[in-house]
Amino acid sequence: MEKKKFDWKAITSSREMSLVIVLIILCVFVQIRNQSFLTAGTMEEMFRNYAVTFILALGMMCVLLTGGIDISIGSTLAFSGMAAALIMRDHMIATPLSFLISIVIGAGLGLIVGLVIAKGKVPPIVCTLGFMNIYRGLTYLIANSQWVAAYQFTDSFKNFALTKYLGLGLVNNMIAVTIYIYIVFYIVMKWTTVGRRVYAVGSNAEAATVSGININNVKIGVYTLMGLLCGLGGALWTSLYKSAQGDMATGIEMDVIAACVVGGVSLTGGRGSVVGVMLGSLTIAIIGKALPLIGVSQFWQNGIKGLIILVAVILNVLAQRTMDRNNLKRREM
Amino acid sequence: MAAKSGRTIIAEQDFSWKTFFLKWEWLLVILFIGINIMNASLSQYYLSGEGLLNATNSFLEKAFVALPMAYILVLGDIDISVGSTACLSAVMLAYCYNLGVPMGVCVIICLLTGTICGMINGLILTKFTELAPMIVTLGTQILFRGIAEAMLGDEARGGLSTVKWFSDLYWGKIGIVPIMLFCFIICAVVFGFVLHKTCFGRRLYAIGANKLAAEYAGIKVQQIRMIVFTLTGTFSAVTAIFLAARMGSTRADIATGYEMEAIAMAVLGGFSTDGGKGNYPGLILAIFIVGMLRYGLGLINIPSQLMLVVIGALLIVTVMLPNIRSMVKFKKKAA
Repeated sequence: MEKKKFDWKAITSSREMSLVIVLIILCVFVQIRNQSFLTAGTMEEMFRNYAVTFILALGMMCVLLTGGIDISIGSTLAFSGMAAALIMRDHMIATPLSFLISIVIGAGLGLIVGLVIAKGKVPPIVCTLGFMNIYRGLTYLIANSQWVAAYQFTDSFKNFALTKYLGLGLVNNMIAVTIYIYIVFYIVMKWTTVGRRVYAVGSNAEAATVSGININNVKIGVYTLMGLLCGLGGALWTSLYKSAQGDMATGIEMDVIAACVVGGVSLTGGRGSVVGVMLGSLTIAIIGKALPLIGVSQFWQNGIKGLIILVAVILNVLAQRTMDRNNLKRREM
Repeated sequence: MAAKSGRTIIAEQDFSWKTFFLKWEWLLVILFIGINIMNASLSQYYLSGEGLLNATNSFLEKAFVALPMAYILVLGDIDISVGSTACLSAVMLAYCYNLGVPMGVCVIICLLTGTICGMINGLILTKFTELAPMIVTLGTQILFRGIAEAMLGDEARGGLSTVKWFSDLYWGKIGIVPIMLFCFIICAVVFGFVLHKTCFGRRLYAIGANKLAAEYAGIKVQQIRMIVFTLTGTFSAVTAIFLAARMGSTRADIATGYEMEAIAMAVLGGFSTDGGKGNYPGLILAIFIVGMLRYGLGLINIPSQLMLVVIGALLIVTVMLPNIRSMVKFKKKAA
């Protein structure tokens, strides 16, 4: 009896649960103002449009777990998406091949970032700041500052974001891909040595070295993974919007980092979970989708978004403090 | 004293030409000279006094943010809200001016806005010390930009250039020296002096090197962080004033990306994002390197996209170079 009571308390006081409560309140509030919010159609549209944010947030979580940060993801996404789109324009390749090309290019770009950070010992924020500029510039250069427009894509590529064959006929392809990746990440991060190593490097790098983990390899790995997901994101993005532009996904890094932090990933490394990241991304998606629905002018959206991020992280700290204080009290007794 | 304790304390290292020339700043000096030679060979008008001064005017307004940003990096913190703060301050200025407030008051309002923005950052960061500065300033970055957007929408507020003395802040000259350059030199000297020659400056380095140790040594860490973040807000507003004076109007999307440029300048100048490192001469050199490089590439009509690549590469390579040198040295020793 006593044990069960304790468990209940642990669940209600966890970070994830507090976020879920906030989300439910948010949803109910929006639903009262606009009945069309919690309908299948709106929800599907929301998840489809924010699929890329959801996916990138996972990669960003891994990077943040090692104590790094990656602000070049928008540019990596643009470059790989643009490169794949250009190849498709000129050679009319099959859809899976174009996805593969985008992913490989993204992974390559991520590998370069990882190498510079791990081997060149450049601080992550500085390195990715540089690559943010470099990759963005290169995106414009390879495309000659032009767009790849809808008519230049093959039909099957354009239909990818509209059909459901990957989702077994139940959900849209974009959403299906997101779900699969979340399942894989959940398993890998929780139950495999690879996942535990990422946590180990972030929580105590020295201890990790002593226990035989090659920190550099882990770092290179997470940035490559980040790049790989960006590559996938690039392909999804071009397929969704049916065009590839030089300035696509500008500023998405801030959304993604915000999603991670709201979801309880610590910027100093070692703390964060896949479930938290999912909830964090959901928060960002709901804010983005719900504000126009309840008639908030688009010019107010950024202000409200910023405010919500600040309130979320501050509430998080306050919750953590109460938790620590309670723990201390329990120990005193 | 030294003999009494049985130890000799060497206050100054032996002077050696080798260590003197292997300093970071020499790399910057070489870069600076190289870029100037490149610019001079590209345009015959470049190496005249007036040409050089005009070149500086093309980038100096951003440099005002880089000055306090260096302080923030010394502390081991980061502030990515400066671009939005500058934007909001400029929008406030134009908004009030269009309401009929006299320009002098508008400028004060602009400075106040920046200061308050900086103070908000500082307050959150010092009240909730668990929070990383990156995420707080990310939040305020979106928030401040959002407020500016809410105020203006997608309109522009202009007419600022009708006030002669205001537009003179950017366009005016004392003799042949632009007023802005004049202001910049004064600010840079004061900032440099405070960082290198005062107690306050030493405290900044102490906090950056080891926050906990600094706290135990009796330094009011949070108070100093508060001051520095507020100062950064104020100087973002200074940037906003020059920017508004230059353009004569404001929109809600001005000064985007200034935070990254300021950080890039400071890092190139030798300030580490881990804190406790860097000095002002390096920063000033870096500001002029980035600015002159941009100006020079603009002279030969290099597309702005390629400019992004060049500046990004410059940032990474210069930060990586000393590490590669020490890596090679280490390998030699091991062999």
